Amino acid sequence: MAILNSKVPGGKLFDKWTEYKNHQNLVNPANKRKLDIIIVGTGLAGASAAASLGELGFKVKNFCYQDSARRAHSIAAQGGINAAKNYPNDGDSVYRLFYDTVKGGDYRARESNVYRLAEVSNSIIDQGVAQGIPFARDYGGLLDNRSFGGALVSRTFYARGQTGQQLLLGAYSALSRQINKKTVDMYNRTELMDIVIVDGRARGIVVRNLVTGKIESHFGHAVVLATGGYGNVFFLSTNAMGSNVSAAWKAHKKGSYFANPCFVQIHPTCIPVHGDFQSKLTLMSESLRNDGRIWVPKKKSDAEKIRKGQLKPESLKEEDRDYYLERRYPAFGNLVPRDVASRAAKERCDAGFGIEKTGKGVYLDFKSAIERLGKNTIEQRYGNLFQMYGKITDDNPYETPMKIYPAIHYSMGGVWVDYELMSTVKGLFVVGEANFSDHGANRLGASALMQGLADGYFVLPYTIQNYLADQIGVARMDTNLPEFKKAEKDVKLLLDKLMSIKGKRSVDSIHKELGITMWDNVGMARNKKGLELALEKIKSLKKEFWTNLRIPGEINSLNTELEKAYRLADFLELGELMAKDALHRDESSGGHFREEYQTDEGEAKRDDKNFTYAAAWEYAGENKEHILHKDVLSYENIEVKQRNYKK
Amino acid sequence: MNLTLKIWRQENEKAQGKFVTYEVKDISPDSSFLEMLDILNEQLVNKIQLPIAFDHDCREGICGMCSLYINGRAHGPDEGITTCQLHMRKFSDGDIITIEPWRSRGFPIIKDLMVNRDAFDNIMQSGGYISVNTGGIPDANSIPISKENSDLSMDAAACIGCGACVATCKNSSAMLFVSAKVSQFALLPQGRTEAKIISNIARMNREFLCANFS
Ligand SMILES: Cc1cc2nc3c(=O)[nH]c(=O)nc-3n(C[C@H](O)[C@H](O)[C@H](O)COP(=O)(O)OP(=O)(O)OC[C@H]3O[C@@H](n4cnc5c(N)ncnc54)[C@H](O)[C@@H]3O)c2cc1C
Ligand code: SF4
Ligand code: FES
Repeated sequence: MAILNSKVPGGKLFDKWTEYKNHQNLVNPANKRKLDIIIVGTGLAGASAAASLGELGFKVKNFCYQDSARRAHSIAAQGGINAAKNYPNDGDSVYRLFYDTVKGGDYRARESNVYRLAEVSNSIIDQGVAQGIPFARDYGGLLDNRSFGGALVSRTFYARGQTGQQLLLGAYSALSRQINKKTVDMYNRTELMDIVIVDGRARGIVVRNLVTGKIESHFGHAVVLATGGYGNVFFLSTNAMGSNVSAAWKAHKKGSYFANPCFVQIHPTCIPVHGDFQSKLTLMSESLRNDGRIWVPKKKSDAEKIRKGQLKPESLKEEDRDYYLERRYPAFGNLVPRDVASRAAKERCDAGFGIEKTGKGVYLDFKSAIERLGKNTIEQRYGNLFQMYGKITDDNPYETPMKIYPAIHYSMGGVWVDYELMSTVKGLFVVGEANFSDHGANRLGASALMQGLADGYFVLPYTIQNYLADQIGVARMDTNLPEFKKAEKDVKLLLDKLMSIKGKRSVDSIHKELGITMWDNVGMARNKKGLELALEKIKSLKKEFWTNLRIPGEINSLNTELEKAYRLADFLELGELMAKDALHRDESSGGHFREEYQTDEGEAKRDDKNFTYAAAWEYAGENKEHILHKDVLSYENIEVKQRNYKK
Repeated sequence: MNLTLKIWRQENEKAQGKFVTYEVKDISPDSSFLEMLDILNEQLVNKIQLPIAFDHDCREGICGMCSLYINGRAHGPDEGITTCQLHMRKFSDGDIITIEPWRSRGFPIIKDLMVNRDAFDNIMQSGGYISVNTGGIPDANSIPISKENSDLSMDAAACIGCGACVATCKNSSAMLFVSAKVSQFALLPQGRTEAKIISNIARMNREFLCANFS
């Protein structure tokens, strides 16, 4: 078991990033033109990185699988983005944002990275305003803030319920400007199939044109993955349909360690599952918890009547409602972090107080907010979310409480990166949700947008230069080199193999089975027995996949079933590693709740002595056991405590 | 409910397309329109036939990837939503539903119901931005913007770039798409100068030339 070097600079926490920038290597303008950078992904992380590196004068190639860069999954983020501006004068600071994020992550994130994140957060807001993002403002014309879970201050900037859309369109416009200036070449509807390593360094990628099926290679002096999270391993999640782990997984198989795969976030407020035809779950933004109150009936008999449709929630009296978050966590109330809120919902439903036919649902109620603030104010704040909810459920949330239940939403785990955001493969950088870096075992609301843009605008453009500075002597490589040809051939072999299975089952039918296995055993609550069961089940699903899959159509044309198939092949392998990681982590921390390790009050119980590290797994080859490496975390500027949201 | 679907099928941009009729059974009124198509595709795959190609990603009305002309209307019969937010409760048992791709010379068909909307990206690349580089920006609150303007700007900025406006306009004009960007910028001090540029550029964009633009 090796100890990893995370390359955290020395010195005081508060000075590390400044010191790093003062002493890092830079590339002069004339040389930048000679250096190619491949960036896969056009979400907040990818688009902001591509635009910023293009502006600096590098030759950038940017890829995404959608038909336009603007459609990356970041577009769907609703609630907001954090920054330590302290505009409301309520006591916020860079340190406090740092502190809340480390604490919210249950002390499993790297201090130095999180501090840097908090430090650059303010510049993101400045950048967005300059790009023309219409953030919400107050009547004085200044920027407005709202509160998100896990914080006692209001530091979340927002653009109605479409903050991700507006931030992404800002980055997309900066990217469009660089495409126009020809510093960035854009490849839409193009999927990464493999990463090419030459002499131990990432030097390119193999891609598939999703329209023609054509396989081709691209060279880069460095390769950056900004390919988002892997929540779709659960089949049902709030992620976009095409979100996948494949790019990260290819990197993993080429030598990048994969860290904390079992740390996934379950978001407490999503629209509950309705039937087995369901294709995805819809999030109701955390911002709703600013004004919505969460409850279930106090009496089991009432819950039962509601489930049978004999009782309407509006008619239940105040004293018959259990506002369980306010009851259990008086200090933070409805604004506890996501992992805590999700588990509390599960606890109530498991105990028989759930609503919905399935018993898997709780209420999110705006009655008292509407009484206090008026319907207009609520409509202004959340209008589009209420409309979205109405269209999906056919209910009117102004009149009857919303029904919600936790769902998979975000992956804190991802490709292991050092302080410079470089993976264990030289020259292969990973930014945004695809890396593991800043959120520990649980991410606070409104901090993924912050991280994606921090990585892309303000961190990577520095750290990648430190790497590229000694690459200026490396000439552009020809993609006819044997390393590229070999990678292309491997991709073609894989596709042939998938097409030649000619079994009976559709991709989705196997993916749904994987999803159920993951949700039941590697979801909100885990235990040794369940995890062992999951490992066995996934093994047999893998076999089913490779012997009984059926893909109609051809390799050399648009083939959506084939796309889904190669993504699922990687999800199956990831699922196995997630179960294994969860099994090895004999503690509960953040989103990882092992039933064997809880306090008497049912809160997560960490084992700091044995598990204060990020688990970075090395791929050892097909059918071989992954090898564990530890990125040991130390907390010098924060006192590690049991998280307490009660007082 | 049981439904008859008449769906436009076309192998690729050059090929001749045609309507093909399919039947789907036992569709739940709570399922979404795209989930209904998923069910049809699952049927086709099980019969080793090519599934229907259609664009989609977020399935919550924000990415702008889904399209479809449903019974002669972009994004189907419901108001103020995209196809992915359309639910089957808007239809009745026994309905015949006609499903076509966006039809516009600016959006060539790729396959079946999928079209190429690169023209929108081209417009954005030729001027749909405010020219600022990363970093070195003054504090976000240094220029106050009235709430009214900011709200109006947000109304315009909410365009999801789906292309329904182009598909609906009989002259295939991108007026609405372009003016959304122009208004967003024109209402903000940061964007006022460049709002003019994008409207000029759009005017020159051949793919969407129509009488209104000249
Ligand atoms: C519904 C929802 C609401 C959210 N709300 C908030 C919020 O309010 N605040 C907050 O902070 N966070 C929020 N989040 C989380 C946040 O949106 C994401 O974590 C973040 O946007 C991820 O950005 P990214 O750039 O890392 O990746 P993405 O935006 O996921 O982008 C991934 C990119 O990679 C490309 N890609 C992926 N795989 C491949 C491949 N194999 N080949 C080629 N290209 C590929 C895609 O085309 C895409 O361009 C929300 C998430 C969801 C699902
Ligand atoms: S303006 Fe056109 S492209 Fe934009 S959202 Fe409306 S219909 Fe879609
Ligand atoms: S799939 Fe994203 S808007 Fe319909």
